[in-house]
Amino acid sequence: MLRDGDAPMAPHPDDIGPEPHAPLPPLPGHSSRGRLERVLRRGEFAVTAELNPPDSADPEEVYERAHIFEGWVDGINATDGSGAHCHMSSVAICALLTRIGYSPIMQISCRDYNRIAIQGNVLGAAALGVCNVLCLTGDGVQCGDHPEAKPVFDLDSTSLLSVIRTMREEKRFLSGRKLTSGPDLFLGAAENPFAPPYEFRPIRLAKKIAAGAQFCQTQYCFDVPLLERFMQRVRDDGLEQECFILVGVGPLASARTAKWMRANVAGVHIPDAVIARLEGAQNQKAEGKKICIELIQQIREIKGVSGVHVMAYRQEEYVSEIVHESGVLRGRTPWRRDFQHRLQAVESLGA
Amino acid sequence: MQIPAAFEPPGKRPPAGDHGRLRFFSIRHARLMENLYAAFEPILVRLHPVWARIGYTRLERPVAAVESAVKGALFDCRMCGQCILSSTGMSCPMNCPKNLRNGPCGGVRQDGHCEVYPEMPCVWVKAWEGSRLMRDGDRIAEVQPPIDHRRKGESSWLRVAREKNGAVAPAPKPH
Repeated sequence: MLRDGDAPMAPHPDDIGPEPHAPLPPLPGHSSRGRLERVLRRGEFAVTAELNPPDSADPEEVYERAHIFEGWVDGINATDGSGAHCHMSSVAICALLTRIGYSPIMQISCRDYNRIAIQGNVLGAAALGVCNVLCLTGDGVQCGDHPEAKPVFDLDSTSLLSVIRTMREEKRFLSGRKLTSGPDLFLGAAENPFAPPYEFRPIRLAKKIAAGAQFCQTQYCFDVPLLERFMQRVRDDGLEQECFILVGVGPLASARTAKWMRANVAGVHIPDAVIARLEGAQNQKAEGKKICIELIQQIREIKGVSGVHVMAYRQEEYVSEIVHESGVLRGRTPWRRDFQHRLQAVESLGA
Repeated sequence: MQIPAAFEPPGKRPPAGDHGRLRFFSIRHARLMENLYAAFEPILVRLHPVWARIGYTRLERPVAAVESAVKGALFDCRMCGQCILSSTGMSCPMNCPKNLRNGPCGGVRQDGHCEVYPEMPCVWVKAWEGSRLMRDGDRIAEVQPPIDHRRKGESSWLRVAREKNGAVAPAPKPH
């Protein structure tokens, strides 16, 4: 229902709370008070994007990087020392984003904290309005800018999920000590259907679901047949009924970047055909974007896929175009500040 | 290969590549290892009165030394003190540089080798292979609780003997 040509449809009324910086009013059957869970539970095809965290203490740099996603995504992932590189912390980025109403997904990596630090951070994040967390093991310190650092890995991603679920549902720490208020978090896990051992990957997802995963974001998908094989197993085991699956996608800037990523970024699988197509293109950047859009359209058709997670590292400015041109939102508008303001203006008139 | 696994004291090199390591033999013969342990465990458990008379505390060091020698040779065991080899296809998860006890990370290379040590086959790729050979291999799908770091160096054998006789509470199951 588009009004006067260009004007976008208003975001779903459930996704707009009375205060942009506060979690939304609770809904029955929901674990969190966040927008991402609502979009997914309504059965809409969700879009999330990864924010490239700044190497800076300036909050404006975070806001600049988040603004370009506004109105195009249902959640913004704040990475936690991704690639074992130092950046602004994920909890701080999330706290900045919730202040103005964005819906961040806080990534927690087991590489850098033990169970004492993690549980404290989870409580703090929930207090700051964070509604979604993504539980990760994390890359080894060896691939980052501080290879001499001590890797922690006190928990693994699966046990981390069970720890946070215990905090949310039983309102207690892993030690058994009671919480006065549990963190209302929507729990996410990562999966990589494109890395060996392929037959174990669906079982590993089932383990993560058993430990508490409610949504899952995958590694970059450049190989749709491999994803289809994985999803077939997922559907056979009924996992997509218990966990929303968001498939990772992203534009490749050039054939050279693709080759570099394949060789140097852990767990990224890019078939030769994709690289050949980039090499044969006049404008490799445009071709990379086109491939990404086509992938999204193919992925959307796979049964059991609930959304896409766009990781456009250093090409974040193209996320809105990619989402728009792929048509996955089907005219829907994710939350935007102007609509929040409009709603508040209407309410103040009524009061 | 310069950086030790997280679980190891600094300075100790991780196990070398895939040539000639006994642990890969043990994984290839995971079914045999499973049978051997299935025969060994009941004896261990039945001897509880003997262990109790000698005293578990007194036995701890010598038994842990024997266990470390045997399992170190067969599995490159790191003596975490809460052995789950039966649930990991006889591939010791503490050899994973991230100490993952629930499955592989997302960084496994296309050739099935480790993200951190490219020359080492992924512990969990091997675990999956081993588990397919075992009778109870599907235990690989069980969720493992977080590790108890206090138990490092303790004998898992004595713990099993005590737990199966109700002398100590078993490790808590995850929720």
